[in-house]
Amino acid sequence: MKKTFLPLAGVLAAALMMTTAACSSSDDKDSGGSTQPGEKVELTYWTWAPNMDKVVEGWNTAHPDIHVTVNKQDGGDPAVTKLLTAIKAGSGAPDVMQAEYQKIPTLVSANALADIAKQVSPAKAKFPDSAWNAVTLGSEAVYGLPQDTGPMMFFYRSDVFDKLGLKAPATWDDYAAAARKVHQANAKQYLGTFSSNDPGWFAGLSQQAGASWWGVNGDTWSVAINDANTQKVASYWGGLVQEGVIDNKPMYTPEWNAALNDGTQVGWLGAVWGPGVLEGNAAGTKGKWKVALLPQWDTAKQANGNWGGSATSVTTQSKHKEQAAQFIQWLNTDPAAIKALATQANVYPASVDATATALTSPPAFFSNQSDYYSIAAEAGKITSPFTYGPNVNVAYNSYNDAFGKAAQSKKSADFTAALSTMQQATLDDMKNTGFKVAG
Amino acid sequence: MARTPQSRAGRRAGAPYSFLAPALILFALFLAAPIAYSIYLSLRRVKVSGLGLGAGSRTEIWAGLQNYTRSLTDPEFLPSVTRVIAYGMIVVPTMLGLALLMALLLDAGRTRVGTFARTSIFLPYAVPAVVASLLWGFLYLPRISPFTDLLNGLGMAPPDLLSDSWVLYAVANIAVWGGTGFNMIVLYTALRAIPTDLFEAARLDGATDTQIAWRIKIPIILPSLIMTFVFSLIATLQVFAEPMTLRPLSNTISTTWTPLMKVYRDAFTRNDIYSAAATSVVIAVATFVVSFGFLKLVGNRAFNQED
Repeated sequence: MKKTFLPLAGVLAAALMMTTAACSSSDDKDSGGSTQPGEKVELTYWTWAPNMDKVVEGWNTAHPDIHVTVNKQDGGDPAVTKLLTAIKAGSGAPDVMQAEYQKIPTLVSANALADIAKQVSPAKAKFPDSAWNAVTLGSEAVYGLPQDTGPMMFFYRSDVFDKLGLKAPATWDDYAAAARKVHQANAKQYLGTFSSNDPGWFAGLSQQAGASWWGVNGDTWSVAINDANTQKVASYWGGLVQEGVIDNKPMYTPEWNAALNDGTQVGWLGAVWGPGVLEGNAAGTKGKWKVALLPQWDTAKQANGNWGGSATSVTTQSKHKEQAAQFIQWLNTDPAAIKALATQANVYPASVDATATALTSPPAFFSNQSDYYSIAAEAGKITSPFTYGPNVNVAYNSYNDAFGKAAQSKKSADFTAALSTMQQATLDDMKNTGFKVAG
Repeated sequence: MARTPQSRAGRRAGAPYSFLAPALILFALFLAAPIAYSIYLSLRRVKVSGLGLGAGSRTEIWAGLQNYTRSLTDPEFLPSVTRVIAYGMIVVPTMLGLALLMALLLDAGRTRVGTFARTSIFLPYAVPAVVASLLWGFLYLPRISPFTDLLNGLGMAPPDLLSDSWVLYAVANIAVWGGTGFNMIVLYTALRAIPTDLFEAARLDGATDTQIAWRIKIPIILPSLIMTFVFSLIATLQVFAEPMTLRPLSNTISTTWTPLMKVYRDAFTRNDIYSAAATSVVIAVATFVVSFGFLKLVGNRAFNQED
């Protein structure tokens, strides 16, 4: 009997030894985070801002003992998906992560971001209150340092506007009138498009109208996606799409890029990081665009919304949290780093020192508009508050599907119905996970 | 104390097990264990305490069959299943029909471009699904498709192939384009294995090429046809890459367009891996039932033809 099982047992034993060897090798790194002085520390940094490796070079040359490697990601949503998967799996997460403000509650809820209050609390003075709130979530913990903000702005083709005798719209009624004039002059041209693929864009517009999709009261959440303000925005856009004066195709597609290039899209409700996108997708139209504040609902009470904007955070899986926090502090407060962020990564740094030190000349794509950054600063000042809940990903996913159907049907009633779908999906998900939700 | 013949035979009997062992271990580690873990996960869910922020606020608890009922009663699930069935009814007959036709034509020996034809028909299979979907996406979008200029020149407006009425055919087209080559090679190989004296006998009896194809070739390669049919069926039930890649390009494909996309959305976008595990178990069971049932139905007739 022994003879028959010996070969089998031998193979099994070999396999077991191989798997245990593989398992134990990953524990060889010291988990305490303590390193001998002079020993080189390697940090990985996941980010999608362009040219970040050039920005990080400044750190690497000045700090040879802490080397940061940039790992370029596809975009905000895919990167967060990867991070959440890595956190769940127990390994594979980077040391430093670019975390969009609207994703921070989700990431904190999934225990992905480390609390670095001990290391970076003194930096609070360097950032505006709204940005600091976004990284502390109103608590004593600090989950990252604000890197950039994304106040929304309106980009438009000044040459087309001049030809039609239009000015930058001051109110949303003016915007609708301009949209009609543009489309009537040339049936192929649109002032903009309603994108069912960009929930952050729609959230920013709702923010400007006074909405805040989530709210916190003690330890109870509330969800108000289909409140009156957001409904106002949804029916406004539904009306324009139904009229046919605003296109219904998603942004950031090859079609949209081609439209920006050949002048069939003559306006874009973007954000302060827009020049990078326009330069990348429509380089041929350089110098023909101008920027203005978003059209207002009420000119007496100017408001604005955010689209994007992120913080730099340390992940809970990092084995060198101290060094990572040092790097983050340099990246977002050091004058040379802020200047590199503004000029090379094309982001709008959140630091209050930014305008004075780094943003002295307009971005290359808008060299014809010297007051670009003062408009941006104005937009940032009038931004309304907005609370992001713990399941932003569910709400945004519901937006994709619900507004995809609505945009395709081109019926205004579907736009407001889509809001109810979003509200229901978000509420159900929170209740199902066990959150305390009002209503 | 002499070694009995029994033990020598026993030693030889142990050899197959040791040859099988590596495959069995890999199967256990990478297939059986994850499947078991998925089934385990599908019976659990996460519960949040307090505001739900910070460490220790989420705990995993037993959920019973709650995930299954939620997944099956999701209003998006049934439409995705019917959509995939419709997709399968378009893709499988078209793909296999084309593959069979091309295999028969190549086997008839009339073509002088045999090797070139075989290679070029097989080439789309070598293109990864995501790359193929992006390629076809560019061809489908009216504003950037080269076909637009062609049709405009002929005075016709280009159709919006990603609109509601066409999108199913648009996605099916990508699958047919990519899969026909592989199935054609399988069927062609089976045709090549048929002894040619059967054809000589048939030709002596006055049979035309079409009659030979219908009456002799197809019945003989029926086992291969059934095998490719089952594989195509399993592949279409799990369609994911093509609609997923086309989704950002248009409004008409939702994130739950097919059942497997719903699994991906639950697991990675909604961060609800438990519900995703439940849905994937349902898909796996359904695929197993359909393919096994089909094999049982036609298997006896097709595979036991040798009289």
